[in-house]
Amino acid sequence: MGKTIAEKIFDSHRVDSPSEDIHVLNLDAAFCHEITTPIAINNLVSKGKDRVFDPLKIKAVIDHVTPAKDSNTAMQGKILRDWARRHDIKDFFDIGRNGVCHAIFPEKGFVRPGFTIIMGDSHTCTHGAFGAFAAGIGTTDLEVGILKGVCVFHTPVTIKINIAGRMPEGVYAKDVILSIIGRIGVNGATNKIIEFAGPVVDKMDMEERMTLCNMAVEAGATCGICNPDMTTVKYLWEFIKDEYSTKKAALEAFEKYAADSDALYDDVIECDVNNLEPQVTFGYKPDNVKPVKEMEGTPIDQVYIGSCTNGRINDLRVAAKILKGRKISNLVRGIVSPATPKIYSQAMEEGIIKIFMDAGFCVTNPTCGACLGMSNGVLADGEVCASTTNRNFNGRMGKGGMVYLMSPATAAASAIAGHITNSELYKG
Amino acid sequence: MKNFSGKVLFLDRSDINTDEIIPARYLTEISKEALKPYLLEDLNLEELIPGQDVDGKSIIITRANFGCGSSREHAPWALEVNGINLVIAESFARIFRQNMFNCGMMAVELPPETIEHIFTVFGGRETFVETDFKESKFTIKTQGKKEDIFYSISDFDRALVKAGGWLEYADSKY
Repeated sequence: MGKTIAEKIFDSHRVDSPSEDIHVLNLDAAFCHEITTPIAINNLVSKGKDRVFDPLKIKAVIDHVTPAKDSNTAMQGKILRDWARRHDIKDFFDIGRNGVCHAIFPEKGFVRPGFTIIMGDSHTCTHGAFGAFAAGIGTTDLEVGILKGVCVFHTPVTIKINIAGRMPEGVYAKDVILSIIGRIGVNGATNKIIEFAGPVVDKMDMEERMTLCNMAVEAGATCGICNPDMTTVKYLWEFIKDEYSTKKAALEAFEKYAADSDALYDDVIECDVNNLEPQVTFGYKPDNVKPVKEMEGTPIDQVYIGSCTNGRINDLRVAAKILKGRKISNLVRGIVSPATPKIYSQAMEEGIIKIFMDAGFCVTNPTCGACLGMSNGVLADGEVCASTTNRNFNGRMGKGGMVYLMSPATAAASAIAGHITNSELYKG
Repeated sequence: MKNFSGKVLFLDRSDINTDEIIPARYLTEISKEALKPYLLEDLNLEELIPGQDVDGKSIIITRANFGCGSSREHAPWALEVNGINLVIAESFARIFRQNMFNCGMMAVELPPETIEHIFTVFGGRETFVETDFKESKFTIKTQGKKEDIFYSISDFDRALVKAGGWLEYADSKY
């Protein structure tokens, strides 16, 4: 019988199975940020267990609130920073070199097909784009991960979503994943893994696959995951070229983690994108999704382009193409947060930052920023944001605020219009 | 082992998320105790006054997919510092459920029809649950009514509750 991607990864990492459905896996990486890690560090210290299983397999970043905004967040940063120094964690990214965790860690080549990765962040599922099993966990799991290099999971049950058809112009990976969440619901994949497959995924670049996998958790999934292929190899090549003689050799090594054609799935969902239109959320749940045209004219106060979902270079390029030579509405505040310093500097070189600024956007440093209303870009009670982020929960971007999730193209077009609108209006 | 008995807070909605349990703006706190006043602050439910209604409650009974959203263990902690160590629901989001047992707390699933029955019979009344951990049994009581409901959790989850959490368990084993 064939195996799914996750089954293969579980089989190669299992160290124990304390009961039938429970698997303790060895970790290839534990990622850390300054919101969920400091409490883990303090707990370990207070229990006399201030150790790390392998400083080379721990990667840490300050990304949620940076620069620090107050004494509490300064202390969170300090605890992480001191800990990274104390344990000789070389891959620690502090201000000036920091970026959104789920953008900067892949960019640095820390994610490989077949890896097991945990992080105290629900959007860790993003890294499944590389054919890795990557899962968000809480602080206690993180403590154990840091200390022992293991984590516990239930038997992986996988839903396969086959995405077929031709992506219409103006429709992006974000629209695809929003439509999928709208269809299966916020509880549609709870305790399961979503394997994204099919010709559309095969054609997607790594950034698009990351956008898909990033939002798998919004359907409840443990991880979103894509088959590793030549696109994966090419993205990682600069980091792996000393390990493999050729790209083909790397592909052969990675393909052992690809799903078998006779793998068994809990469910297989067919998704045709031929007639897919740009999507947007309404309400306070990510499965409240409808076509943008049905929300046309909805007033907005703020537009936010950034985050681990859509703050990468291609996202900025798409938005800049729409914004070029135009001004955003006087009724709207525009904020863009390039997700990493590399993306920021690439956007500068390509003139994208200037386009954003000329259009009237505020360009912030790389940070999680407005997405979760912890640092900048917080909404006032009753305000509305058109956002390229991943969560529209009540209060997410500030108490009493409302967030509409959408693609960078729709967000840019809406910034110009001053209300939710389709990017079709601002073509060329 | 923690206390799993006491007065019930009913939350009659599915998909109550972690931002509703404890909003992100309080994640800059670095002690669990500091979360205490903010439990359920952003949860808009008819007839719920978060600060007030949480007081004196030890158990939450709710519907499906409780704790969806973020990975923040601040959600169980915010419950814990308010004296709530047990949530009974139709189903839970994975990370939240794991976080509960990792902290030596309990997230117990009951079939939808049982939850519906509990809401019908006990919802809106002052209700108490007594948990018999050994027998895996809840005794639900309100004035003039009393019912026994058996639950099941895995041996592993049971071991975590007994050990006081996953760190203690894992450190002795791996």
